[in-house]
Amino acid sequence: MFYRESGDFKTSYAKDTQTFPIKLDRIGYYVILAIAFITIPVMLITDVGGGANYWTNAILLPFLIWAIAAIGLNILVGYCGQLSLGSGGFMAVGAYAAYKLMTSFPDLSIFFIVIISGAITAGVGILFGLPSLRIKGFYLAVATLAAQFFLVWLFNKVPWFYNNSASGQISAPTRSIFGFEITGATATPEAKYLFCLVLLIGVAWLARNLTRGRIGRSWMAIRDMDIAAEIIGVAPLRTKLSAFGVSSFFIGIAGALFFAVYLGAVEVGEAFNINKSFLLLFMVIIGGLGSIFGSIIGAAFMVLMPVLLKNIMVNQLNWPTDIAVHFEFAIVGALIIIFLILEPHGLAQLWRLLKEKLRLWPFPH
Amino acid sequence: MKLTKLATFAVTAVMAASPVLADLVFPSLSYRTGPYAANGTPVADGFADYYTMLNERDGGIGGVMTKVIECETGYSTEKGVECYESTKGEGSLVYMPLSTGITYQLIPKVTADNIPMLTTGYGRTSAANGDVFSHVFNFPANYWNGASAAVNHFLEMADGDLSGKSIALVYHNSAYGKEPIRTLEELASKLGFDLTLLPVDHPGQEQKSQWLQIRRERPDFVLMYGWGVMNQVAIQEAANIRFPMENFMGIWWSGSENDVMAAGDASNGYKALTFHNVGTGFPVFDDIASYVVDAGKAAGTGEHVGTVLYNRGMYGAMLAAEAVKVAQRIHGVADITPAMMRDGLEALEITDENMAAIGFGGFGPNFKVSCENHGGPGLSAVIQWDSASQSWNVISDFAESDMSVIQPLIDADSAAYAAENNIASQCN
Amino acid sequence: MSANFFYTIEVIANGLMTGVMYSLVALGFVLIFKASGVFNYAQGVMALFAAMTLVGLQNGQIPFAHLINTIFGTHLDKFGWEVPTFLAIILALGVMIGFAFLVERYILKHLVNQDPIILFMATIGLAYFMEGFGDLMWGSDIKKLDVGLPQGGNVWLENATEGWANGFYGFYIDNLDMWATVIAVALVASLIAFSNYTKTGRALRAVADDNQAALSVGISLRKIWVIVWSLAGFVALVAGIMWGAKSGVQFSLSLIALKALPVLMLGGFTSIPGAIVGGMIIGVGEKLFEFAIGPYIGGATENWFAYVLALIFLVFRPQGLFGEKIIERV
Repeated sequence: MFYRESGDFKTSYAKDTQTFPIKLDRIGYYVILAIAFITIPVMLITDVGGGANYWTNAILLPFLIWAIAAIGLNILVGYCGQLSLGSGGFMAVGAYAAYKLMTSFPDLSIFFIVIISGAITAGVGILFGLPSLRIKGFYLAVATLAAQFFLVWLFNKVPWFYNNSASGQISAPTRSIFGFEITGATATPEAKYLFCLVLLIGVAWLARNLTRGRIGRSWMAIRDMDIAAEIIGVAPLRTKLSAFGVSSFFIGIAGALFFAVYLGAVEVGEAFNINKSFLLLFMVIIGGLGSIFGSIIGAAFMVLMPVLLKNIMVNQLNWPTDIAVHFEFAIVGALIIIFLILEPHGLAQLWRLLKEKLRLWPFPH
Repeated sequence: MKLTKLATFAVTAVMAASPVLADLVFPSLSYRTGPYAANGTPVADGFADYYTMLNERDGGIGGVMTKVIECETGYSTEKGVECYESTKGEGSLVYMPLSTGITYQLIPKVTADNIPMLTTGYGRTSAANGDVFSHVFNFPANYWNGASAAVNHFLEMADGDLSGKSIALVYHNSAYGKEPIRTLEELASKLGFDLTLLPVDHPGQEQKSQWLQIRRERPDFVLMYGWGVMNQVAIQEAANIRFPMENFMGIWWSGSENDVMAAGDASNGYKALTFHNVGTGFPVFDDIASYVVDAGKAAGTGEHVGTVLYNRGMYGAMLAAEAVKVAQRIHGVADITPAMMRDGLEALEITDENMAAIGFGGFGPNFKVSCENHGGPGLSAVIQWDSASQSWNVISDFAESDMSVIQPLIDADSAAYAAENNIASQCN
Repeated sequence: MSANFFYTIEVIANGLMTGVMYSLVALGFVLIFKASGVFNYAQGVMALFAAMTLVGLQNGQIPFAHLINTIFGTHLDKFGWEVPTFLAIILALGVMIGFAFLVERYILKHLVNQDPIILFMATIGLAYFMEGFGDLMWGSDIKKLDVGLPQGGNVWLENATEGWANGFYGFYIDNLDMWATVIAVALVASLIAFSNYTKTGRALRAVADDNQAALSVGISLRKIWVIVWSLAGFVALVAGIMWGAKSGVQFSLSLIALKALPVLMLGGFTSIPGAIVGGMIIGVGEKLFEFAIGPYIGGATENWFAYVLALIFLVFRPQGLFGEKIIERV
């Protein structure tokens, strides 16, 4: 009743192939965009309740950035079926590329810095994607760990990457776009938020259109059965490597933002360790493999859950912080298992089921 | 998802909206969980217990109660951001993040927010140059002072001549572990010793290669910049290859009871640096015992009291409390703001008299902070582990390090930072 | 012969033994993967949990003491008795078997026939859960583990071989590593004997071969799963003891799983001998690389080199050295 797919007639091909062919979806999409682009920035500027900094830096930025990375990984794992645990290393490539670009070309706009960082990461990703032509499944997952450990070691070891600073920490200098500061300590919350939001929307739009086009279909053919795909004429080399490239491009953007906008200073072994790779994989799986929307809610879940638990246990119930964190671990772990048992196809599948239900509800037939 | 989002919004909105109480707020970005939990816990306990004691005994500082807000970072920079953002609105006076990574990340933020940060014995070494780093303080000693102090101790052991000797640095392969390398290289060329660098990757459970190399090359001295499980394994491996323990020295983060206990008797004679005293033989511990531990108000179980890391947490808390007193004197108000706290830290002077007055006589070195120098003179002492009595013994005075080598490095590194970030000199 | 030659041999010997230590962890992975196709990431945390339980039992620690104290304001700490090592090991093993039951009952049973990646993720969830739960139960301080294993270099060997070449200080072999090797050999031998000569063992192999066929001849899959998880728990306990003796029992113990992954890749996920041989190749490879090349490129290469080495092997043999040949049909 509330969610209707029927009665929505198309009179042109353009209309039939638009991203959201169903009117209701389209309206929902515009509403969310309006909230994201108008309501939230207004709240941040007016600083309702004095929490603008907290909300931006502790919740919104990590959510947006992880969502970009999750879309990237979902392309590789969810659409092309190549399991990767090297995402942390690829994020590090994005971060260090951004740092080198920022310090070498001080006048370059931050937008181009982020995009070029993504492109550099794409190159590295393609390189590390080469073994995927021979190695499959868990063997590939463990093989991508080679990328993870090697890249982290490299950035820690070669002083050129961190401009010979004594400790190897990299810090983001202030950079701006159209005169608005995006990085550095004095950047306003709304500027940082909007910058990341625009990138997320761009990435999601690009990913959505790639995945429903020719290249996306060949990814899915490889995922479903690579030998069969090869026989019907999908080139595995080009397809797998393009998935690695596109995926790493997005992950690289996320890495650059993670360093430059979110954290501001980064130490590679700590910020981009193996746990980041696992976290990202969780987002993709909890959200739903092969779903852009799923990646975004997966990221939201994994970012918000710990913060919510912490706020409840420490600030509301006044538990000691260590017990709260131990519980947080146990609860997050248990929730992951429960989710996988109840709905192995992720939150995106829950959403699809909900739509199914809403089609009829509240009427029985 | 929306619902939970709204719920968090409500929760944080309530939190943020609550009026700032007239308290002296000390945020404690601690880590009682994760790979470094065993080290983070006693530090956080010592920090919290000292303020509890001040509240119970003196009714706070200058008549204003203190309040410690604990926030768990798990040694992760992201949680560090979350903790910083969630506590800074509560009137936090000074941040002590207890992690080099979080320190680096907070330096620009605290400067922009006008809140001081005190990093005792860790953090960014070149922050000692107060002319550039207006809001960061790293007295009484930093990593480079530590490297120099260790070399000075080795120099003493080698009867004043290190030429032709060799020193191996076993270090945690991270920002923290890499800090002393440049200082040691300078010292090596000045004093004529050979330096071997042996990085150990996190977490450092497997160090066979490093110690086999030490066994082959037989360096005269080994200096360690380790943290967490790396320390225990290194000390065990050193004992295994029968390296003479008195020639093996750790920085202050590699010299706690945690590090030597696991190896048992084999760790007897191991040395470490420290910038404060150890044990409970100071009047202040009587007050800690009677007002905090016996009263059942201890942050932990009370079993850590007097251990190296507990004392370090307490020492940091004491320095901040003394700075509050200075700030109260300068500005003539009891309920100070973070900006006033910064002035207090910058005018802090620790002397024998004021240490004795608060029951800390002989606990730490004397020093004076100034606008240019936020790092103090960098005094540190050497302690040695005695496995029979299960205790650390101080075997030297608080001695100076070679500032003629360190100061140019500090100046160069801070100048580079100032240039990169367009920071003007704040002192003149 | 030059000292360098002997040192190279020393590095190889130590690499072999370190490799065996890795294999101890990898074995647990193989057991579970073989029988149920689950890539059990929680193996490292299981080792930590088993070792914590062992030490806690030995010292008579009260489980959840910190939590109980916080809620009820009590000051509980220890029961005041100490359990002898042997008994504590048996009890810890009992806990691990109980754990296997719970895992089967509450997780595996519900995830039958899911994609391998879902099962993998579920074990990571399990790892998170156990990290939190283990710390709540036994506390997060470093515990000294003492089950009477000898530590330190073998003095006899060192003295006997000293001076074989100019500047050679004698071979250094860690006693603990030698014990680990003996234990690992015994463990593998008994596992092989178990799977070849007992009825349960044969059932295990049948399930590993083809679980549909095994089901059809009346083997209870659920029972088999409990058994393999118990076995993996036992292996985790052994690995926890060996690694814990080195560094004390603490959180970082769970990270040894990462050292086992390249071993698995190289040896194949389904082969017990593969885990041992793979471990040795990785151990020798990473130690030799660090010894020969490490000093020129700045050291600390072991973590990534193990993976790169395994990767190189995989490019030539995508199923690992001893893994079952992957046959793909359309």
